[in-house]
Amino acid sequence: MNSNVGIDSMFPLPAQIRKVVWETEDTFTLLLEPDNGGSDFHFSPGQFNMLYAFGIGESAISISSDPSNKDNIAHTIHRVGSVTSVFSQLEKGDVIGLRGPFGNGWPVEKAKGKDVCIVTGGIGLAPLRPVLYSIFNNRKEYGKIFLLYGARSPLDLLYRVELEKWGKMKDVTVQVIVDRCDTSWKGHIGVVTKLFSYIKLNTANTIAMICGPEIMMKFTIQELSQRGVPPEQIYISMERNMKCGIGLCGHCQCGPKFVCKDGPVFALPQISQFLEKKEI
Amino acid sequence: MKSHLKIESRQLNILFDSLKDLGYTIVGPTVREGSIVYDNIDSASGLPVGWTDEQSAAAYKLKRRGDNSYFGYNLSPYSWKRFLFPPRVKLFSAAKKGKSFKINSDSGNASVPIMSLPNYAFIGVRPCEIQAIKIQDKVFNNWQYIDTVYKNRKEKVFIVAVNCTQAGGTCFCVSMNSGPKADNGFDIALTEVIDKGGHYFIVEAGSEKGNELMSKIPHTVAGQSEIENANRLVQTTARQMNKSMDTKDIKELLYANLESRHWDDVATRCLTCANCTMVCPTCFCTTVEDVTDLTGENAERWKRWDSCFTMDFARVFGGNFRSSSRARYRQWMTHKLASWIDQFGTSGCVGCGRCITWCPVGIDITEEIEKIKEKGGKGEYFNHKDTKVTKEIKKD
Repeated sequence: MNSNVGIDSMFPLPAQIRKVVWETEDTFTLLLEPDNGGSDFHFSPGQFNMLYAFGIGESAISISSDPSNKDNIAHTIHRVGSVTSVFSQLEKGDVIGLRGPFGNGWPVEKAKGKDVCIVTGGIGLAPLRPVLYSIFNNRKEYGKIFLLYGARSPLDLLYRVELEKWGKMKDVTVQVIVDRCDTSWKGHIGVVTKLFSYIKLNTANTIAMICGPEIMMKFTIQELSQRGVPPEQIYISMERNMKCGIGLCGHCQCGPKFVCKDGPVFALPQISQFLEKKEI
Repeated sequence: MKSHLKIESRQLNILFDSLKDLGYTIVGPTVREGSIVYDNIDSASGLPVGWTDEQSAAAYKLKRRGDNSYFGYNLSPYSWKRFLFPPRVKLFSAAKKGKSFKINSDSGNASVPIMSLPNYAFIGVRPCEIQAIKIQDKVFNNWQYIDTVYKNRKEKVFIVAVNCTQAGGTCFCVSMNSGPKADNGFDIALTEVIDKGGHYFIVEAGSEKGNELMSKIPHTVAGQSEIENANRLVQTTARQMNKSMDTKDIKELLYANLESRHWDDVATRCLTCANCTMVCPTCFCTTVEDVTDLTGENAERWKRWDSCFTMDFARVFGGNFRSSSRARYRQWMTHKLASWIDQFGTSGCVGCGRCITWCPVGIDITEEIEKIKEKGGKGEYFNHKDTKVTKEIKKD
């Protein structure tokens, strides 16, 4: 990390929208081309950017694209507040502000030679998509891949075309489950942890990466632990209120950790003491 | 060994004038609206001459001392963070340019903040406040990122420390190892003595800048008995201190008691008003505000002090991580006394007692930590099962 980075880290750079992809009724992906002064925009899977709506405010958004693609930096955004509502009205050619990338990333290097079990809920799939791309770019280096994905309803599933494509790949298992649906849904119904009964993990040789609502992550950790995945092989990505992204504003603390700079990805032993507590 | 010098009290104005000659803007304690605040002062007569303060939980009162002491009070509700880490800072302004925008700063250099950089000399910095500044030095340089607004101001500041010659009613600096005498972290340190021998200051220089200043002020080398008088006052101050905090294994204590029933008890009293965080000399949380003018063409970003006691502090989509007041008080106290140690290698508390004096309901951090030690156990709230989620899981 650069120890000379000062307050300019709070200055957004213009980033032009190359494409808007609506994933669901309330979730969309902005493909951005950052004005990085001519140099490439590098990021690790799991890092996030602070995206700025001019004069309105910022939102911390995970990068959801392939790290090897330097031109189209994807951000999958759930329309929930004033800033994300502004983003939802933008079109190709519009410009927003971007600063980042911030935070650490998923253990894609450490996972080499191992099976990878990705468990996500809702928009939690977005920060893990770059992991899948990285794995598929270096497919031989990894073992079996499991993706367990839970969504509210079939209409809330992100990246549907890709899910189907990934599911057909060799040694890749994609299991999807929804909370509620109508009779047209032929898949699984329930919470994401239910999907563990459909897969067989080689627990000693598996790296698990989890992202979703905190309660979903808690139960997923329980499930993985019961199946014998050691805690140091379990990684989670946390969400907290963030104002600066550089460990100075204090908002994102979870116990002694600043989620923005020490995370957002944590190996379970780093954070479990605090994760178990209510309202930390 | 550092040599001790002596300035007669009547020469104090020369200290002011010399600092002004060196180009400093002087900030010091002064009486305003019934309290002692830190603000620009021009001469020694701006100091709280002859005033003292009586402080206890939820109480603060100014009183006449009956002498002409310049620094005969204890602590201001203000702290120096107001000047090194201002309550509101404009980070940038931005103007729309077609579909895009441009960030402007007056200097044309993004790494220099827009605000003009004052050249402060602080007069009357208490030892606990020096410790607070040392703590904020670590907070604002986390080895990945630096708060350059703070750094640029801190680098230029001239610090005139004043050792404490009486203990305030809420002070506990001895427990926090931050007073009543400053050993370093100042340019010069004064100890004010009023006795049969007169009214004078024993001075120690702590830096080259301090030596340079002293060369401009008429002084003598302090005699042994004068030095002893000053030391005795400081020692008496330490003995006078009523409050204390046992800091042994305090991090382990708090981490082990995140679910203590005592948090429920504090929550029945705490108003979550955020006063403690505003007066605390080390609290550093901020938020940003983005604004536009009426045309919408020009925007600004401001950074301002925030508090972990506000309702919005930990809000994310779908809720607030700390909606209950017990969780917010726990966050503040556990951060200050425990997780701060993991983050910055030091406690976040300097024992200044401001949070006790200025808490409207008189919550006393030293008493609360004792009660946590006594009670332990799990609070009612934390025993409450997550029934809704448990049911959902069982349904499958």
